[in-house]
Amino acid sequence: MASADLRAWTEAVRGADRQAVARALNLAEDRRPEARRELASLLELLGDAGGPRIGVTGPPGVGKSSLLSSLGHALRARDLSVGVVAVDPSSARTGGALLGDRARMTFDADDRGLFVRSLATAGEGGGLARAAADAVQILSAGFDRTFLETTGVGQSETAVEHAVDTVLLVVQPGGGDLLQFIKAGVMEIPDVFVVGKSDQGAVAERTFADLKSAIASLRAAGVAVGAPVLSVSAHDGTGVDALIDALDAHAARLAPTLSERRLRAAAARALGELLRLHGERGVAALGGGASLRQRFERELAGGLSVPAVVEATSAELTGG
Amino acid sequence: MAAREEEPGEVTRDRPWIMRTYAGHSTAAASNALYRQNLAKGQTGLSVAFDLPTQTGYDSDHPLARGEVGKVGVPVTHLGDMRALFEGLPLTEMNTSLTINATAPWLYALYVALAEERGDDVRKLRGTTQNDVIKEYLSRGTYIFPPAASLRLSTDLVTYAVKHTPRWNPMNVCSYHLQEAGATPPQELAYALMTAIALLDSVRDREEVGVEELSRVVGRLSFFVNAGIRFVDELCKLRAFVELWSRLCAERYGVTDEKLTRFRYGVQVNSLGLTEQQPENNMHRIVLEMLSVTLCRGARARAVQLPAWNEALGLPRPWDQQWSLRAQQILAYETDLLEHGDLFEGSHVVEARTREIADEAWAEVAEVLRRGGAVAAVESGYVKGRLVESAAARLRRIESGEQVVVGVNRFRDGEPSPLVTGLGESAVLEVDPAAAEAQIAALVAHRQGRDGAKLDAALTALRQAAETGANILPASIAAARAGATTGEWTDTLRAVFGEYRAPTGVGAVALSSGGAAGEGVQALRVRIARLAEALGRRPKLLVGKPGLDGHSNGAEQIAIKARDVGFDVVYEGIRVTPAQLASAALEEGVHLMGLSILSGSHLELVPDVLAELRAQGLADLPVVVGGIIPVADAERLRELGVARVYTPKDFELDPLMADLVALLEEVHGVS
Repeated sequence: MASADLRAWTEAVRGADRQAVARALNLAEDRRPEARRELASLLELLGDAGGPRIGVTGPPGVGKSSLLSSLGHALRARDLSVGVVAVDPSSARTGGALLGDRARMTFDADDRGLFVRSLATAGEGGGLARAAADAVQILSAGFDRTFLETTGVGQSETAVEHAVDTVLLVVQPGGGDLLQFIKAGVMEIPDVFVVGKSDQGAVAERTFADLKSAIASLRAAGVAVGAPVLSVSAHDGTGVDALIDALDAHAARLAPTLSERRLRAAAARALGELLRLHGERGVAALGGGASLRQRFERELAGGLSVPAVVEATSAELTGG
Repeated sequence: MAAREEEPGEVTRDRPWIMRTYAGHSTAAASNALYRQNLAKGQTGLSVAFDLPTQTGYDSDHPLARGEVGKVGVPVTHLGDMRALFEGLPLTEMNTSLTINATAPWLYALYVALAEERGDDVRKLRGTTQNDVIKEYLSRGTYIFPPAASLRLSTDLVTYAVKHTPRWNPMNVCSYHLQEAGATPPQELAYALMTAIALLDSVRDREEVGVEELSRVVGRLSFFVNAGIRFVDELCKLRAFVELWSRLCAERYGVTDEKLTRFRYGVQVNSLGLTEQQPENNMHRIVLEMLSVTLCRGARARAVQLPAWNEALGLPRPWDQQWSLRAQQILAYETDLLEHGDLFEGSHVVEARTREIADEAWAEVAEVLRRGGAVAAVESGYVKGRLVESAAARLRRIESGEQVVVGVNRFRDGEPSPLVTGLGESAVLEVDPAAAEAQIAALVAHRQGRDGAKLDAALTALRQAAETGANILPASIAAARAGATTGEWTDTLRAVFGEYRAPTGVGAVALSSGGAAGEGVQALRVRIARLAEALGRRPKLLVGKPGLDGHSNGAEQIAIKARDVGFDVVYEGIRVTPAQLASAALEEGVHLMGLSILSGSHLELVPDVLAELRAQGLADLPVVVGGIIPVADAERLRELGVARVYTPKDFELDPLMADLVALLEEVHGVS
């Protein structure tokens, strides 16, 4: 693609032009080599700035989509545009996926300020679609807030950390999930905890209290958990505004170091992708994880994109 | 099981059941003419079919009503329409079934307001409001508000009606559509009881309701069931219903008076099993299905309505409905059926099967209660998931030939049917498009002729009742008198309760429900993998249901099957506007759009969707359409640019999927 066209496309994505954004997201999902190269050019022009990126995670059925729907409405009421990447599980057997989350997201077709793309995990381990991070980067260039909704807490769910600035964990009243989170080591990641379905009364209150005391005991044991705990009902809207404020507060705390943080996260993603493509041997042959990470950070800081640095290092390895 | 009205040692002839035809179309005046014809033919009750805008709380001129006005029923937007609908028909002498759910309190209010206006004694009104919103979330799709608010409105109607119109059946727990959505006999039974429990618990928990009133409500609850082609099972299901209902009334509500706990039900026999192929065979199916609800005196239907033989082809004509009515009349008046007591009393075979169905159903009721009852089981998608699974299993059995459907998967060769050949479109009813325009013009004139201040006051009072938890009926009846419209009544409540989108249930269906993949599926997976390589990503299909039609079973099965063969599938549930669909197609980056439209509004909705796609820059996106689409309409859709048109005869999902894959291969030059 001619660079003038690419620049115009980039500008349209920054302006949240829906057709341009849709095309860019199609490209992010495209696995063909020429598409990867085109994506690299687009992402490099687009840059890694852009609005706050928030990951929404939690066990299946906890009401993440409903919460996102209320968050979306509240943000739209504040005249902020909202992009959403929803990751759904694919079947390992057929590769196909049923992307059903949109049904929970009530939306207005005439509202140009809301954009939802669902991605299937397409056999990718870790519950995070390969394209999700790139999609988040694309959306956040044009939208005021970008959310990444993931399939739930799994072992590699920690990957969500490298795609967003703020991680929000949703837990269910009385779900008995708490112990699972602590065991799974998930508790250390979230920046904000939310007890969903707070309209469920006493059960929700108890979960809220349990969560607070669990975090207190983790802190006492020396684990760094800095996250606020909020109680939200997507059903009647209680607590949604407070949640937006908490997310904004976290974004404000990150602001001074945000670009550095995104750079480190991008390097981690590149390393993860390389590992996925070539395994530990490949990484070792390229000088090992630590040095690769440093190299990636340097190259990314110089303006390259994740697909570009992955492509370049892969080429070294395969002698291409 | 005690037979009705039977003296010891002597059997009196049973009274015939009420014979109805579910009817209504175009306008109130046209429907009134149809009702008069039907009554003249010996029909003994009316069953009013409302159009989808009326069912979902929109006025005829609302954008979402486009293409749907007067289509599947009659539009009733205000008291004037209700007046025209019952012009010359004596309300206190008739038994009228209003098939209405989310807006049931409103249509009941209009009916009562009309009776009052005519000077009738409302205590003499006899009839039924379906008023069962639970099943709307599960299958039929004409819900509006969230489940808890819907249950409250249903309860308002029930408690008001029992007090003021004591001969009215204020709720007809309706498991009919659950079977259409795939429910097995025990599931149909279980989920009907689950719904009745939700309502009765809600009545019982009201402060102002005492034991006596609760008993009266129990006594007025009626049911509306389905009867499928496995008619022995169906017959046993109804005997199990009788038994479990009285058990439930006694155990849970302490009501033991046999008069109050008698299982009273109406029936519409199965439409799901009616075929497009050799459609004349459907009359035999209809008659056999009717037997299951009439043979047992101890579990006999109070009211029967039969579908028409050509429902899979389009909207039935008056003659088609008459043919079905005659079948009822022959059974009731020509045969000796009604002279006998219960034919199966003492039959070990029937008793054993009844026991099995009752036990399985009772266990499922317990499971739903364990999950927090009907509302929770709807919100979590549990019940919906079970139904979608059962429907998938049924389709699989038919596709594999394990379940025989004559003329479809066995005995397919035959003579051309003189009932359809050569008749073209005239084998079904055509609704005059001018009727919708007339309806809208009359509505606009009605709005202009009202007293604005009186109307505002009435709607304010309605809103207050909704907010404070006062019974919604008095304010609704006042609003009816003040000339409020269906859309205004509903909008007032929407502002208080909000709107709801129900779980689609498809996500909950495990992949394994598709069974072991056959060779056809394996081959498709390979072709889709090849397409994915060529496209750079997996082919993505958007399954959409535009318009107000909520019959989503077909769309759900397509979505699940497409996932199973390897598509990425986006399905957003029902009642999505053409603009929303086009928006979703763009945002999701889909390769193919499949539309399902069963209300007959395809000629209005499909062009709208295509126009919206062009507006989004997606003019090239291939679009396929499925529905009850007459041959000539299919041709018109193809002329408009629709790539494929599928009708009920394309029930086999493997070939349909292969056709979709071939279409994409063709579009993207993959061989």
